[in-house]
Amino acid sequence: MLTWGPGFTMIAFILRRIVQSVMVMLTVALVAFALFRFVGDPIASMVGQETTLAERAELREVLGLNDPFAIQFGRFVARAATGDFGISYRLQQPVMELILSRLPATLELALVSGVLAFVFGVGFGVYTALRRGNWISGSVMTASLIGVSLPTFLIGVLLIWVFAVELQWLPSFGRGETVYIGDWWRTGLLTESGRASLILPAITLGLYQMTLIMRLVRAEMLEVLRTDYIKFARARGLSNRAVNFGHALKNTLVPVITITGLQMGSIIAFSIITETVFQWPGVGALFIRSVQFVDVPVMAAYLMLIALVFVIINLIVDLLYYAVDPRLRVDRANARH
Amino acid sequence: MPALADKAPLLSVRDLVVEFPTRRGVLRALDKVSFDIAEGEVLGMVGESGAGKSLTGAAIIGLLEPPGRIASGEVWLRGERIDNLPRERMRRLRGRRIGMVFQDPLTSLNPLYTVARQLIETIRTHMDVSDTEARNRAVGLLDRVGIPAAARRIDDYPHHFSGGMRQRVVIALALAAEPELVIADEPTTALDVSVQAQIIDVLKEICAERGASVMLITHDMGVIAETADRVAVLYAGRLAEIGPVRDVIQRAEHPYTAGLMGSIPTLTQTAERLTQIPGSMPRLDAIPKGCAFNPRCPRVLERCRIERPELIAREGGRQVACWLYDREAQDA
Amino acid sequence: MTDSTPEKRPGALARAWDSDIAWSFRHSPLAIVAALVSLVIILAAVLAPWIAPHDPFNPASLNLMDGFTPPMEPNAFTGNVYWLGTDNQGRDVFSTILYGARISLFVGFMAVLFAMVLGITLGLIAGYRGGWLDSLLMRVADVQLTFPSILLALLIFGVARGFIPPAYREAMAIWVLIVAIGLSDWVQYARVVRGATMVEKNKEYVQAARVIGAHPAKILVRHILPNVMGPVLVIATIGLALAIIAEATLSFLGVGVPPTQPSLGTLIRIGQGFLFSGEWWILLFPSITLLALALSVNLLGDWLRDALNPRLR
Repeated sequence: MLTWGPGFTMIAFILRRIVQSVMVMLTVALVAFALFRFVGDPIASMVGQETTLAERAELREVLGLNDPFAIQFGRFVARAATGDFGISYRLQQPVMELILSRLPATLELALVSGVLAFVFGVGFGVYTALRRGNWISGSVMTASLIGVSLPTFLIGVLLIWVFAVELQWLPSFGRGETVYIGDWWRTGLLTESGRASLILPAITLGLYQMTLIMRLVRAEMLEVLRTDYIKFARARGLSNRAVNFGHALKNTLVPVITITGLQMGSIIAFSIITETVFQWPGVGALFIRSVQFVDVPVMAAYLMLIALVFVIINLIVDLLYYAVDPRLRVDRANARH
Repeated sequence: MPALADKAPLLSVRDLVVEFPTRRGVLRALDKVSFDIAEGEVLGMVGESGAGKSLTGAAIIGLLEPPGRIASGEVWLRGERIDNLPRERMRRLRGRRIGMVFQDPLTSLNPLYTVARQLIETIRTHMDVSDTEARNRAVGLLDRVGIPAAARRIDDYPHHFSGGMRQRVVIALALAAEPELVIADEPTTALDVSVQAQIIDVLKEICAERGASVMLITHDMGVIAETADRVAVLYAGRLAEIGPVRDVIQRAEHPYTAGLMGSIPTLTQTAERLTQIPGSMPRLDAIPKGCAFNPRCPRVLERCRIERPELIAREGGRQVACWLYDREAQDA
Repeated sequence: MTDSTPEKRPGALARAWDSDIAWSFRHSPLAIVAALVSLVIILAAVLAPWIAPHDPFNPASLNLMDGFTPPMEPNAFTGNVYWLGTDNQGRDVFSTILYGARISLFVGFMAVLFAMVLGITLGLIAGYRGGWLDSLLMRVADVQLTFPSILLALLIFGVARGFIPPAYREAMAIWVLIVAIGLSDWVQYARVVRGATMVEKNKEYVQAARVIGAHPAKILVRHILPNVMGPVLVIATIGLALAIIAEATLSFLGVGVPPTQPSLGTLIRIGQGFLFSGEWWILLFPSITLLALALSVNLLGDWLRDALNPRLR
């Protein structure tokens, strides 16, 4: 009988996921296109007051706005796939160019916040689950509730007040000095002022996610600590360290990875707020402007970008899941029995 | 201190009381339970669910779930008192001197680690051996509990094994550090009927081979009859009767035990109707005064409603907590 | 055995339930404080026109000379004293907070109401009808849940603005905001109600109702709604905190309520501008109010969830 190696199932799994991802992207593209096509009048946004009706009609024909919906959508998808989202109504520049020049700022901020949120979230979550009832856990839990209730922008504003205005330790806006890595990636991570500028926004953006991860890890950990295999591990006399970290934590991480992955997506979205507070020159701030001015091409492109980020993160999460949980790996032993 | 009879028992439980503080007051889940387990002996522990069988096991091994706690009483293991040991010493004793087998093999094993890792980790926690040495031992153990091709299958994950095979792995894990006492908490309840007997046989054999005593917690009197040397009957957190298994099954003295035996079908009494005890075991917050069984007892005395019976020694090493036998004792 | 007379039962269960909640409330100081704080802020907001010492939106009552008066200090020119100081236009900060909280709470309550009605309706339909409609609705819910609601609200807000002619944008802003926040938060209600509906619809009384010709949906609504009141109330309470935060965030970002009707978020946005020039009170007091409101409502929701379902803790 033919035996399917682990490599094969792995590839099938990835392929299935990729097909699903493409479907999701197409759905979002449909929404983005509908936005593009039906919100406001694209022609009116492109031309001046003095353009005649005949000229407008001609432009409409040239741009293909009279073609059937499906054809227009197909064209939209084809152009989006090559990164062509048209020209920003407001800034009169190619949308893709605008987004690419601002993407590094957002990604660096999101990455640093995400790492902060994950490390401290898991740490505090594990601590509060293991030391239930002591006063440190109590205060951390109360603080986390404040963290959940504090709107992100308020955290940012208060941090600016304390650390930038009163103590004057850290800058309150912008990215500081940036240098180019390669052709277009401008990084703030390599300069001192760049790193200093990153601290407050990263805390602001990461705090909420941290509290969420912490509460999730705590709840999951408490759940896992109640399971039979943890009781059995204790009954075998394994050290607390081995039980809590070797057995319990690893099992806790399986569901936590999923949620954390999705949180990383949220971090990109929440960066809209943080970027506004700290005047951080990223895509989030660009999006807010585009909402204010109904700059549809930018809104549509941003939507696609966020969807792409979510899809990629979901893919990574699935692969991690696969790596952590052996039950998902259909391998040789399964055929036996 | 346990009475120094002819031979000191391996395990000795004296007046064990386990309590759960709750919003509505303290619940007494085990009330002055006393029994011994001799070297190499298999003690069956029976009773309805909620009678306190599993709690007894958890209390002995020091794994009561908070807020449950031992309120009073003593547990002695080979002459050493273990109920008040410091946490770290108690931990080192678990697995090494007292092993435990849980009910559900499907949930007893960590799904994320191979059987090898879990076995080797357990062995190396308690024994100063190299990784290779521990692995060899682990393979030997798996082989002994009847896992075919143990050397190969040891690197499989728990989900690769069937329920019965997993319970064999659990037994191997419980015995990995060669404990003197194994507490088996309903080891076959979650299993297919067809493999129950096999698992009990494996457990019994391997313990006999190593001279380990067994405390077998179950509600299956058939298993007790075939496996145990002595049997203890729990009712509402109290010991009703304890004695050699044949005597207790054939000539139950406590009315509750008698009722319990009457509710078991046997091959010899096929035609007769199974008797049933009217009513149900009281909840922990509503245990009646006197004997806990008195509202359901067919032979209840006035005294049973007022005074709680202590264990009364009977011939053949039996003990029964019932006033019926106190009068007899006085008469004799 | 002991009592042959049937005990009078009606209301007994409800009373026990009530008393349990009451017991839990009495024994949770945090819940009491949270309830008090929310109540005070809500009352102050509702009664703003009668409590507020000044009308911050009546230009006639404003004196620019009063601008930037620090809290509890007499103004350098006019000698007027304001509890919480004034902003750049001489508006009394305390009064603007009262009116701001009024708008924040209005948007919050309306958004929750909208989400609740929408969620319950869709949940009932999905649970009762089942089939493709159910799959479709739950699919949409799943997709929506993966996106942060603030992003969704922003998007809905942006789209709605695209459809509304510029002349009406200001006037419609609050309603657009309510719909945007409400639409981004209906999923949880729908899930709870759908679950309960699926359990109930196969029960005998619904079948019986069908037999006697009553419309089962009507009976379902009458029986399911009381069953899910608890969870719905918890979701709504936490949802209120979320809606207040969402409104404040959108207003802070400058895409929420128009500046002529400043909510707490708008006030904080304005206050941030004066942070570097030292007029901290314009920022601080609205921030504290928003935090106190969001936190106390959140705490109440948390407590309510624990009290209704002691298993989850």
